[in-house]
Order: sequence, then C-alpha cells, then structure tokens
Amino acid sequence: MNEAVLKNARNRSTGSQSQKEISRIVQKKRMNREDSIVKSILFLCAMVSVLTTIGIVAVLLVETLSFFKDVSLFSFLTDTKWTPLFKPEHFGILSLLSGSVLITLGASLVALPLGLMTAIYLSEYADDRVRRVIKPILEVLAGISTIVYGYFALTFVTPLFRMIFPDMGVFNALSASIVVGIMILPMVASLSEDAMVSVPKSLRNGAYALGATRLEVARKVVVPAAFSGIISSFVLAISRAIGETMIVTIAAGATPKLTMNPLESVQTMTAYIVQVSLGDIQHGSIEYKTIFAVGMTLFVLTFLINLIAQWLKRRFKEEY
Amino acid sequence: MDQGKWRIRKTMDHFAKITFLSATLFGIAFLGVLLYQIVVDGVGWISWDFFTNFSSRFPSKAGVAAALIGSIWIVLLTGPIAFFLGVGTALYLEEYTKKSWFTRFIQVNIHNLAGVPSIVYGILGLAVFVQGLMLGQAVLAGVFTMSLLVLPIIVVSSQEAIRSVPQQMRNASYALGASKWQTISRVVIPTALPNILTGVILALSRAIGETAPLIVVGALTFVAFVPASPMDPFTVLPIQIFNWTSRPQDDFRAIAAAGIMVLLVVLLTMNLLAVYLRNKYQKRY
Amino acid sequence: MSIIQIKNVDLYYDKHHALKNITGEIKERSITALIGPSGCGKSTFLRTLNRMNDMIQGVHIEGEVLVADQNIYHEDVNVENLRKNIGMVFQQPNPFPKSIYDNIAFGTRIHGMRDRKELDEVVEQSLRAAALWEEVKDILKKPAYGLSGGQQQRLCIARALAVNPQILLMDEPTSALDPISTAKIEELIGELRKQYTIVIVTHNMQQAARISDETAFFLQGEIIEFDTTEKIFHTPSDQRTEDYIAGRFG
Repeated sequence: MNEAVLKNARNRSTGSQSQKEISRIVQKKRMNREDSIVKSILFLCAMVSVLTTIGIVAVLLVETLSFFKDVSLFSFLTDTKWTPLFKPEHFGILSLLSGSVLITLGASLVALPLGLMTAIYLSEYADDRVRRVIKPILEVLAGISTIVYGYFALTFVTPLFRMIFPDMGVFNALSASIVVGIMILPMVASLSEDAMVSVPKSLRNGAYALGATRLEVARKVVVPAAFSGIISSFVLAISRAIGETMIVTIAAGATPKLTMNPLESVQTMTAYIVQVSLGDIQHGSIEYKTIFAVGMTLFVLTFLINLIAQWLKRRFKEEY
Repeated sequence: MDQGKWRIRKTMDHFAKITFLSATLFGIAFLGVLLYQIVVDGVGWISWDFFTNFSSRFPSKAGVAAALIGSIWIVLLTGPIAFFLGVGTALYLEEYTKKSWFTRFIQVNIHNLAGVPSIVYGILGLAVFVQGLMLGQAVLAGVFTMSLLVLPIIVVSSQEAIRSVPQQMRNASYALGASKWQTISRVVIPTALPNILTGVILALSRAIGETAPLIVVGALTFVAFVPASPMDPFTVLPIQIFNWTSRPQDDFRAIAAAGIMVLLVVLLTMNLLAVYLRNKYQKRY
Repeated sequence: MSIIQIKNVDLYYDKHHALKNITGEIKERSITALIGPSGCGKSTFLRTLNRMNDMIQGVHIEGEVLVADQNIYHEDVNVENLRKNIGMVFQQPNPFPKSIYDNIAFGTRIHGMRDRKELDEVVEQSLRAAALWEEVKDILKKPAYGLSGGQQQRLCIARALAVNPQILLMDEPTSALDPISTAKIEELIGELRKQYTIVIVTHNMQQAARISDETAFFLQGEIIEFDTTEKIFHTPSDQRTEDYIAGRFG
C-alpha cells in the first residue's frame, strides 16, 4: 500500500512545475524518532515527582513498621513521656504532638487575624501605589530563611517578653509561636488577597450602589464571597506552621512536655528530628527509627491538613 | 436617611481602615526591626577575615569560608538538576500529553509535594541518598535532596511560564513545517525562558535558606575545610548560623548575626536578579 | 488546472458538525476568497488544507483533500513537509520574539539550511518579495516587535515565503490592520498571485471583490456557492448569497 502510494507520487512528479515541487508530501513516514525520544525523556522527568512521593511514603513506612516492632502502637499513642534518648525510654508521641499543636495554635492566633486584616486592607482599602510598595515587602518577609527568624526569636523577642514575664525561660513556646506566626503571615495575606481580588467588581458595585461603606462591603460581600479561598489559606498556613523547624528548634527548646502553657519550654516533632540528627546516630538503632516514626506522624498530619484545604476549596467553590 | 446612623457607620469604616492598616504595618515594622537588629548585632564582625576564616572555637577567628563555599556548591549543582527535571516535567504536562487522569494525577501529586514539610525531604534524603545510594554525608546527597525539595516550585512556575507563551506563536512555527520538538526547543522554551529562570532563581533562593533537611541528611556543623568534590562532607550558611546561634556566648550570637547578613545579601541579590529578569522581559509579545 | 481538490469533507469538533460535505477545487496561481458570516466554518476549512486542525483536541475529519493529486489525510503523509509546501499567514501578526533576520530564517533553518550566505540570500529575497526589504534592510538584527502592525504582517508573509511554498493560506490577514497597511498587503497579494496559489479568508466583502478570482460563500458549515468572483458578486445563483453580499445578514 505504502509502496504503491510512493510510486504513484513519483510517477506524478513528471507533471507541471508546481506538482513536481509538492510531490513529496506523501512519503513513507519516517518515524519521528527525535520527538518520541524527547517525549520519553520528559516522561521520565515527570516520573521523578511521582517517585519522590512513593519514596517518601515507602521510606517512612518501612522504618516506622520496624519501629513498631520494638514499641507498641498503644504506648506510642498514649504514653505521656517522650524520652527515647535516655533511660528509662518512653515513646509517647503526645508530648511532641502537644508541642507542635501549642506552637501552631499560638502562630495561628497571630497570623490568621493579622493576615486577614492585611489582605482586606490591600484588596479593599489600599490604592495601587500603596499596594505596589507593600506587596514586595511582604514577599521579602516570606522569602527570609527561617533560621533568621529563629535567631530573632531567641535574641530579640524572648528578651522582650522576659521583661513582662520575668520567670519565663530562655527557651519558651511563646516567642517561638509568635515568630512562626509572623513567618506564615505573608502566606495568609497573599493567598487571602488573591481570593478577594478575584471577587468580581460587579458584586462590590451592587453593594456600593446601595450606599454601603467599604467596611460593610468587605464584611458582607467580599469576605463571604472569598470565604473558601480565605479558609484554605488559613489551613495551608497552619500546615506550614506544623512543619516549621528551625524557629522552634532554636527558640522553643528541647524538652518534650505535655503542656499548653506558652511560657514553658517545649519540643515539637520537627525539633526532635533535628535534635536526633545533630547527634551521632547509629543506622538501625531505635533512635534512628524514631526519626521515621515522628516523620511519619508529621507527614500524615500535614498531608491530611492539605487534603482538607483542597477539599474546602472545592466544597465552597464560589460560582461568580 | 438617618444622619446619625450614617455618621456612626462612617466612623466605623474609618476605624476599621486604621485597624487594617495597622495590621499591615505590623508585618512591615517587624521586618524593619529584624533587619535593624541584625545589622546592629552583626556589622562589627564583618571583615575580610570573616569571609576567609573557617569556623573556630574562638570568636575572633570564626568565619564563613566553609559555609559559603558549601552553599555555593549546593546551589550550583542543585540548579541544573532541578532546572532539567522541573522544566522537563512542565513541558511534559503542558506540551506533550493530552489532559487525562494520569496528568491530573501527576499535577495533584506535585501540589501535594509542595505542601510536604521540608524536614520530611531530609528524612527521604537520609534513607535514599545517604544510606541507600551510600553517598554518605556528602555534598551530592544534599544536592539530590534539595533538588527534590525545590522541584514542585520549579514545575509549577515553569508550567505558568510555558502556558503564557501565546498559542499563535506555536501555530506560526507549525505552519512553517516545524516538528513538535523544533517548535518547543526553538520557540516555546526561548520565549518562556525569562519567566522560567525567574521561578528557578526564586526556588534556589529557597534552597539556600533551607537548614533542617540538610541537618537530617548529615551536613556537618563544624567544618574546617572547603569541600573539594561533590563526595566530600560539607556545611552550608544556615547551618553555620544555627551552630553559632545555639552557642551560649554572646560573641557567637553576634557572629551569627554577621553570618545572617551574608546570607541575606545572597538572598537579596538572587531576588533582585529574579525581579530584574521578570521586568526586563515582561510582555514583549 | 486545479492544485487542490476537496472531496466530501466533513469536520467535527467533538459532536459539533462544523464542516458539512465540502467539495470544491482551487485553481493554480489564482486567488480564492472564502467569505461568510463569522462562525460559518471558513477559517476551519482553511486550516483543513494544511492540517493545522490536527493541533486541536477533539477534531475529527472525514473525506479527502487532494493537494497535487495526493490525499493529505493519507496515513503516510509527512505533515511537516505538507506545511512547508503550504504556507500560512494568520489573523494577528505573530512574529517570534526574535530579530527580523531570525524570524525569516526560522523556517529554512528548521528544514536544514545552515550556510550563512544562503540564509542571507533567502532572507533578502523573501523580504523583497513581501515588499519589506527597503524598510528593514538596515535593522535586520533588531527585534521584530519594533515593527508596526502592518510591517509585522508583511514580515509574517515574508517568513512564510522563505520556505518556498507553492500555496499560501491567509486567515483574515488584514483584519487587525489600519487601512493604509491593508492597502499595502492587498497590493502585495496581487503581486504574489503571479507565482503562488492563494486562499484567503476575509470578512471584508470589498476585499474579496477587489483581489480574488474565485469566491466561496460559506454558511453554517456548508459551501452555498463557489464560483468566479465576478459571478458571485454580480449574478449569484443562490438567494442566500445575494442576501449576504447585499448586507442583509451576517
């Protein structure tokens, strides 16, 4: 068939000038090898991210299962002490979890209201010139390495609070959580602002036409309309706060404790992983495996929270 | 309309505006105080020796040489790897496949990876690169870990860059008889490149500031040499800063501030470069 | 002598039947105008002639399009070669974000020409053919975006000519341009007809009447009438053609 077409084409090439030029349109299809090689290479690139996920889950799962051969799941979930590095050993994740929760709670109290107010100011009140100045500053705030925040929490914020609470230790949950809050503030502000800016002008104009003030428009029109986006920015910021490591390692201390008192020193899951990593740990030892068990807990927690954020975004998807 | 009520609503609005503005200024004020404090603490320790000395037990002899070179190693090797993988993934998703459940799966997966805490990447690197591939606590283990960490950011920003190349430019190329790869390599990539590079630079500036995953991978906190090959042990700027910060002596705290100044200058330079690229090549078509 | 024959072509966008049983012939070294109200399928039809519809997801085509007696929808067709032989100019000028020179040389380069001297020659010839050479000969290395809209469109025509096609497809090439640039392009099209077969989509009736030899009138995916321009504009055989040309709808 192909040969016939080809021959046909060649025979015709004795025709007029233009037909001679065009006669090569139908020809035995050379497999476009370049395109298919490129496609396979790009496919492999795309598979790296899939493999990363598989790798994370597999690595955490294997070592965590091995951890639970030595420690019962029941005591992991109910024991109130976490002392894997000295005798008597206790493996109660609750002490680390409460540290993470305390920090995250404090950070949310700072970041969510301030972030939301910043977003409302930027999207409803500020004019273009102000926005052009403030937004890059917030970007800088978001781009600063967390080690810098940690340094600042320890050397500036803590001394400041110790003037108010003289009994508070050098390492405490209070200043760590406030600084974590400021670290996630730009994220809340910019994601919420994105959600508000995408509320159509016509909705706002409708309210303004009825004589509403800007505050009323923000409160009764813009925030409700952008609600899903705002909530999902909150949830994403919370997930970021749980995963934050260096600020809490530096400023919150290294004492796993089941407490909700922000003036005390606590340890988060992330800070524990750093503490163990800084020491010389034996591959395969129980200390080594705790990293994975704690990491697994952290991963599952943040993964669930991120799923909630995505679900919220879909669930309350506004139809403009 | 009731004049009194209107005045109350107007006052409320004004009060709200001031509150919202204060909230906004709080973040900015915080940044101001932070930068001021760091400069006050650290500027006295910045000197030529600070850049050429290694870490030391004596504050007067401590410097960032090993950490700075270590950070440069990490960025220079992470950059090309993450660029290749990230742009490759973005091209695959945007140009080489039709939308299907599989591409949606990859897309969702990338978004989820972006939300994974960075320390978890450290754990992955420890198990896979340090132990599994037996790279040990070497530069290369750090580089691979960092490449995976920044990959989602680069993929998403590259996808946006590729999507912003007008379809009519692809059409012009195809209409001239170009193959798919010719169109992508000669039209799509060059047109999207400034935006792609902006995203890559921002992602790398994130990598420069990352501390926790490299601690888990086993970067050292006290290094008195410059890594000579990718298989050597190493440290990076944030880890060096962390080490100084966690020492009790005030002098080391001040040296940490000096280290932070170096780190911030590096970050600022990269961010300015990204902004410059974005502005220079914005909206040419 | 017809260079393109269209035989019973149907085209579907998913379920939508966009072209219905199109049949016709395009004569060599002539200008064929495709007219009709927007959405009638004339641009879609134009893109079936160089298989640009392949790019769009969900497009399905039945029937045959013969170019120089070969079915371009045959499975062994080399689409790249087809498009090299059939140039296309789009509605919006769409130069690449490269220099004027690199824009013109793009096509010849991808088809394997590397020699600097030959490239120079192709660039000059193409720009001359598109009546742009005198205006840009001193700024060849400057970005194409510095040119005016009309110059950009002539650049795109030059770029299409550079790969030496036999047929030129033009999709409303002047609709984004001012009247003076439009007049220049129309004059250019008149010149090009001596060497090329041109198929042009236009929604400007006067333009069709001024420049074309043959005219096809499209309505809702069908060819209502396809004849000499003279006949279509003066003594159309279908009432709908007459109504459209008289401006009663569309």
